[in-house]
Amino acid sequence: MMEEKLQKKRKARVAQADCVACGSCVKVCPKGAIKVYKGLYAQVDEGLCIGCGRCAAECPAAIIEIGEVTA
Amino acid sequence: MKKHWYDYLWIFSATYLILGFFNILFAWLGMLCFMLPLLIAIFGGSKMYCNLFCGRGQLFSLLGKKFKLSANRKPPVFLHKKWFRYGFLTFFMIMFGNMLWVTYLVGSGQRPLSQHVKLLWSIKLPWQWAYHGGVAPWVAQFSFGFYSVMLTSTVLGIITMALFRPRSWCVYCPMGTMTQLICQAKKPKVKK
Ligand code: SF4
Ligand code: SF4
Ligand code: SF4
Repeated sequence: MMEEKLQKKRKARVAQADCVACGSCVKVCPKGAIKVYKGLYAQVDEGLCIGCGRCAAECPAAIIEIGEVTA
Repeated sequence: MKKHWYDYLWIFSATYLILGFFNILFAWLGMLCFMLPLLIAIFGGSKMYCNLFCGRGQLFSLLGKKFKLSANRKPPVFLHKKWFRYGFLTFFMIMFGNMLWVTYLVGSGQRPLSQHVKLLWSIKLPWQWAYHGGVAPWVAQFSFGFYSVMLTSTVLGIITMALFRPRSWCVYCPMGTMTQLICQAKKPKVKK
């Protein structure tokens, strides 16, 4: 448990101000970890995201980055 | 990922484009692609249409991924910038208004029916083979005009699908921009 806590985890991060809320990312996420909130922008559930990067590769606006989060 | 019935709506979009080559009056069916997203945004406060149902987005996805027609490059940054998206929406609406105006002129007899499809707002393509008469001239004129809008946006979408990522059109799609604006207007002002 301790080790896991110190580990840096890779998670998707959406630049929400630039998001067009198209939902392309939602369709490719294997974990259901990304959702479009009320037609405004995409939101990542960091508890579910495994940082696989599929959404980042799919996003037609290229505004998702996979970054390290210290959890 | 599990497929749902709505994952096949690209068939509707493809059929729509093909029907326009045989009978232009089918263009009216495209009103669904105009009314549904707006109604869902206005009453549902979501972009459910883009997110799940839009066959056009699915079509670009399919062409880009299954058929590997997309270069899969990141699009230029300006494509998702607000000035570009709102600018394109404005331009699109002006051209749409112009199309309605022409429909009105034909309806009131001030202009003859023009049996053309206008591609990219400038290239006039002869299209008389797809019109077989039987309706009021304005009904036919609207069909030609509306189909022009649909074909133009498909062509633009295919170009950006090929050059950039499959669903690049969705970044500057006027309908997508409009529904997002509606959702923004509906959102209670809490966060920035
Ligand atoms: S794919 Fe990109 S632009 Fe579209 S909703 Fe997801 S983060 Fe936003
Ligand atoms: S990185 Fe993978 S798991 Fe995380 S939101 Fe994107 S697609 Fe889903
Ligand atoms: S942005 Fe336009 S093309 Fe893309 S899913 Fe929405 S309505 Fe369809």
